[in-house]
Amino acid sequence: MEFNAIYVIVARELKKFVREKSRLFSAIARPLLWLFIVGAGISRLVPREAGVPYTQFIFPGILGMTILFSSIFSSISIIWDKEFGFMKEILVAPVSRFSIVIGKALSGTIVSLIQSVIILAFFPVVGFSLDGMQVLSVIFICACLSFCISAFGIVLATFYESYESFSVIMNFIIMPMFFLSGAMYPIRLLPDILRIAAHLNPLTYGIDAMKHVLFPDAQGNMAPDFSLATSALVILFSSLFFVVLAGKSFERKK
Amino acid sequence: MPIIKVQRLVKKFANITAVNDVSFEVEEGSIFGFLGPNGAGKTTTINILCTLLSPTSGSASIAGHDCMNEPSEVRKAIGIVFQDTTLDKDLTAQENLMFHAYLYNVGKDIRKKRVEEVLRFIDLYERKDDLVKKFSGGMKRRLEVARGLIHRPKILFLDEPTLGLDPQSRANLWEFISELPRKHNVTIFMTTHYMEEAEVCSRIAIIDNGKIIALDTPSELKKAIGGDVVYIKTTDNLSTKQELERLFKLGVTEKEGELSMTCPMGDTCIPEMIRTIGDKVLSIRIQRPTLNDVFLNLTGKAIRDEEATGGDNVKESVRAYRRRH
Repeated sequence: MEFNAIYVIVARELKKFVREKSRLFSAIARPLLWLFIVGAGISRLVPREAGVPYTQFIFPGILGMTILFSSIFSSISIIWDKEFGFMKEILVAPVSRFSIVIGKALSGTIVSLIQSVIILAFFPVVGFSLDGMQVLSVIFICACLSFCISAFGIVLATFYESYESFSVIMNFIIMPMFFLSGAMYPIRLLPDILRIAAHLNPLTYGIDAMKHVLFPDAQGNMAPDFSLATSALVILFSSLFFVVLAGKSFERKK
Repeated sequence: MPIIKVQRLVKKFANITAVNDVSFEVEEGSIFGFLGPNGAGKTTTINILCTLLSPTSGSASIAGHDCMNEPSEVRKAIGIVFQDTTLDKDLTAQENLMFHAYLYNVGKDIRKKRVEEVLRFIDLYERKDDLVKKFSGGMKRRLEVARGLIHRPKILFLDEPTLGLDPQSRANLWEFISELPRKHNVTIFMTTHYMEEAEVCSRIAIIDNGKIIALDTPSELKKAIGGDVVYIKTTDNLSTKQELERLFKLGVTEKEGELSMTCPMGDTCIPEMIRTIGDKVLSIRIQRPTLNDVFLNLTGKAIRDEEATGGDNVKESVRAYRRRH
């Protein structure tokens, strides 16, 4: 592991993130629109269940959405780097592919953690009263989930050569992942085939873990689908899997 | 002791052989040129040498390290300036250089000094805090060459370093590059398809269709042509061609309505020509051999001919191949 290399890959990403203020605003705007417009609209249709109003129910899902978008956007900047040639500068350096993947995944993690913490700060507005421990636990889950999704994004990025593939990724990967994650509705209510798909989605487990922390006493449809241990293991192992896979696909081309 | 050793290198992409049994050696401290049209296999060879591609067969070693088995050692020993720019345009000149210094693990105490040093060397110190996207093509190229020097490589690879630059920037860059071996104690391996540029090289390999067809110093290559080239325009190229061939017993080639012939002594050749075909001559000019003539002589075509046709097709096929794999 080359710590200098990992450090500078992360530093570059953060520097660019700070310089592009508009990117932060639009990244924050999307989840807020879902929370306060879509959420408010649907909550008129859906009765509060087990004491949990709909706007609270989707809160972990909205955090998951923030992480999903910002982690994948951050990771697929690799496609831009390939397109504009900068990736070559990194690939010919005496740095292991593993370090490059870790550097990129950590950049995505930090960027998306910053954004999810900003969204988390809106918890009093939707009527939560959380203690410090709950807030820290949610932040911790957000960090792990961000790393996992960022690593997944890197795997995606290694498959695509040009940014024309961006809309493909948006429509066929990001949106389905969001809709099949238990963010907007409990996955236990989904038809079989969609429920199975949701079970294969790492985002599902991250959002489910947050439900454990945010609705400790929830019953029925509001309750989490998996045990906390299951979610933790799935996130851990899928992160490892994605990191190894990304490292492999970064190896020298034929 | 050669610092680059390449033996029987072959690289195939699907049904295209981009590099076909190439062998050469480069001496330490020299400027070695790879000259050939686009698609001749120059960039593919560089990509193999700098460990981005693995060859189909053959071997390559740099500073005593095998390019296939010790990629990390090879990467430490080399600096590369690719054909297309690889700077981050959204970072400043200094940030791009610092990024490189960290990436190559340049020591904490010398990082800043090295970056400042190369910035002064390329005359961009005053603009170190400007974003690279505000730089001209020539400035970007200089910055890239400087970046390649930060980790003090033994060899600097330059792939078509002057592509897309205006003539003045090209001239400046060449002056700058030709000083590098002396000032920075570095061996240079460069590719170009500009004949004039290859003249600064200590040795040149001429490559066409993936094969090295000549390898020598520029002056020896020119000598091998066997003299000066005389270009003649006439009212009747066909019959003139036959007459000249009969008279001088030398090969005459026709290209774009102009005949050309290589004679050992151009100055005495011309009067004799005029005596024989005088009434048909429209113009005569004599040219001391250039590397372009060397190439023409070896392959029967000018180097620029390939640019838009064969070369790009190869490039396109290689790209398509890499997309699929």
